[in-house]
Amino acid sequence: MAEAIATPPAREAATEKTSLITGSEAIAIACQLADVDVITAYPIRPYDTVMQYVSKLVANGEMDCEYIVAEGEHSQFEVVKHACACGARVFTGSSGVGWMYAMEALTVTPALRIPVVAMVGNRALDDPGAFGVEHNDALAVRDLGWQLVWVDTAQEALDTALIAYRVAEDRRVFLPCAISCDGAFLTHSQGIVKVPDQAKVKQFLPAYDRGDLLLHPDNPITVAPQANEDWLMEIRRQTAAAMERSPQVIREAYASFEKIFGRSYGNPFFEEYMTDDADIVLVGMGTLSMPVKVTIRQLRAEGKKVGFVRMRWFRPFAAEELAKSLGRFKAVGVIDRDFSLGAPYSSGVLATEVRAAMYGAGAQQPVIGFIAGLGGREVTVPDVRRMSEIISAAAEGKRQPPTQWIGLRE
Amino acid sequence: MGRLYAVEVVYRGIFQKTLAKNITRAIVLAAHRDGKHGISFGRYGDSPERNGIPAKAFAIVGDDEVTLEEGMAKYEPKEVDVTICVDDTLCKGVESWAWYGLQPINRLTKPGGTLIVTSLETPERLIEMSHRKDTPYKLAIIKAAASFSGLWVYKDDHTDARILGAVARVLPELFSLGSLQETLKEENPKTGELLAVSAQKQFDRTSTVGVAAGEGNTEVPYTFEMPKWTEMREGIAIPGIPAGAAIKDPVTGEVGGFQPERNPTFKKYLTRTMRPVVDFEKCIKCELCWIACPDSCFDVTPEKLYDANMAACCGCGVCEAICPVEKCITMVNETAFTDNASQWQAFRKDAPAYKSWLVTVIENRPDRSHGFRYRGQYEEQIKQEVSHG
Ligand code: SF4
Ligand code: SF4
Repeated sequence: MAEAIATPPAREAATEKTSLITGSEAIAIACQLADVDVITAYPIRPYDTVMQYVSKLVANGEMDCEYIVAEGEHSQFEVVKHACACGARVFTGSSGVGWMYAMEALTVTPALRIPVVAMVGNRALDDPGAFGVEHNDALAVRDLGWQLVWVDTAQEALDTALIAYRVAEDRRVFLPCAISCDGAFLTHSQGIVKVPDQAKVKQFLPAYDRGDLLLHPDNPITVAPQANEDWLMEIRRQTAAAMERSPQVIREAYASFEKIFGRSYGNPFFEEYMTDDADIVLVGMGTLSMPVKVTIRQLRAEGKKVGFVRMRWFRPFAAEELAKSLGRFKAVGVIDRDFSLGAPYSSGVLATEVRAAMYGAGAQQPVIGFIAGLGGREVTVPDVRRMSEIISAAAEGKRQPPTQWIGLRE
Repeated sequence: MGRLYAVEVVYRGIFQKTLAKNITRAIVLAAHRDGKHGISFGRYGDSPERNGIPAKAFAIVGDDEVTLEEGMAKYEPKEVDVTICVDDTLCKGVESWAWYGLQPINRLTKPGGTLIVTSLETPERLIEMSHRKDTPYKLAIIKAAASFSGLWVYKDDHTDARILGAVARVLPELFSLGSLQETLKEENPKTGELLAVSAQKQFDRTSTVGVAAGEGNTEVPYTFEMPKWTEMREGIAIPGIPAGAAIKDPVTGEVGGFQPERNPTFKKYLTRTMRPVVDFEKCIKCELCWIACPDSCFDVTPEKLYDANMAACCGCGVCEAICPVEKCITMVNETAFTDNASQWQAFRKDAPAYKSWLVTVIENRPDRSHGFRYRGQYEEQIKQEVSHG
């Protein structure tokens, strides 16, 4: 270990290998690199792909961990919660209604300050049964103390999984973290990924130390006793304080990641694409970044100054930074791959949050919400062009409906 | 603004829940007949009620609806005109699920208000049990044993009607006897006439004795300091209770046996209605009580006797039932005791004195029941009730 840290950078780079892998495989490899102790699984598409890759690593003797196939998602999340309380680094995950079936276990994890790291293979909620991506599954826990991050490439999935452990297991935070990977577009598509060197990962990721909260006979504590109104507000405030400390820990983790692995993600909370001189921007999460970026390059060739802001961390939500950035543009369009029925202006979840963030900063620009790509429907280049046109019109002062469905047969 | 009235019923969950509810409901309905508005509710924090755990129900009444609003949206009122205690062992204080520490029975009773107790004890004994107050109040006794009228099946022993008759007497501004009787008849089509008679009888015979400021139990009830959010351990984790230690014999200084550490913030002084007394000379050291006690109450003494610790005992009677030696462990009504001291310590210091104390408390024990101590006990008590009431 000590030797590995002392190795000069040139030789370190040589130990990094390149593989063609899916987003799910990238997450599985991150688990291997992070030396996860306990993994629980229960099949549901598209999360099950991670499960397959992990079980293969375990079966091949390439990974040493307890691999438990639970009898349902609720047990899956309960088992890792308990293992993590006992000091184990854990991994689990699910998709769509599987994630919802685990809801009670998901709910109790943050207040207990248990840093479970999970992958959500985003999938539409039933009914109707559909395999394609929607973000409502992961977003269902947005108010509960889960940290939520969206990624758009296999490389980012791998790197973010390592960062997630570093952030979640930081004593200042001790909150669970879910990494959202769009079903099909990321979970099932392969990309070229630089797989970091194990020694560097060790350097980046300190051992999980639960300290005085460790559930162990040598540290006799009772966790989660019955409590009433005399206690609950104080407990919620403690969990809130942990979430408030999370942004700083995230910043530190990305800075350290860049230093050790030489890969920079810029602003950890959101990625800006061609925004420097943009008049208008689109905002979105996950893999719809691909068609959006392609379209923006086309629009730019036509002289239209459009930019894109891709949200990574949804919880904690970097409201001030985002509002500051979006305040530079004449109009903002927010693409939601989710729905929030009955929400203000009938918008999706992200648009509602973006508006709230901008209002707090005193911004006056029009913010138009788009509902697109539900159930895994492709967000196409013409779709993005259409959204760009609507935003341009709004920027010119032409009133637009606050929420519009894009790519809908009408 | 009109006048706001509040009445609380302190009872033992879950056996007396229906009784408490009947009383608070009837208060609101009777007052409504007299043109007032009211609400009745059980204190939310007491639920889910556990057997024998003290709980409270309230009736809040206002001269008009606006006044009533002043008393609403609360877990409990700040003060009450009348405190009704339907189990006299609760005069020693109330340890509820809803808070931490021990609250005197008369804590909410207004200056000049009334504490009504169903009891076979003397006023002197009840005042001695109740914590002293800075202000004077009145005490009214309804001669009756604690009514275990049940939850699922309500065995109507008229305790509710009698208490309501007493309320009409001590607080006539709240509702008249006539309105109460009308309410009882309307609410109980079959038994209402008879209930109205019971209410009338108790109305006629109720009298109060004055309790002066400073009179009563001088002990300071244990309290609990609530920490700030920054002072609490994170992760809803609380320290485990450490292992216990050996006990020292008060006479010989011999050290041995084992006393487990116990929860320092949840005592069970008043969750019980009876407590075991142990005749240590009869004990054959079989250990069965130690094994069977659901609350790990028994401290093991250096000579391997078993001393039921009164900070932990909930009074379930399991030890009495399991002890193989006749009259070795006997359950005695909690009203017979004035402290929670160790019986074994008293026994070690002066065995003959302990023995005569033991004989006295057992022989003179006021009878009482959980409702399940032996088959038929309740029926026997009903007969007694008839003679009292
Ligand atoms: S009555 Fe006996 S068995 Fe029950 S809690 Fe008390 S000591 Fe234990
Ligand atoms: S059950 Fe009775 S005889 Fe046996 S140890 Fe306890 S008190 Fe003694």
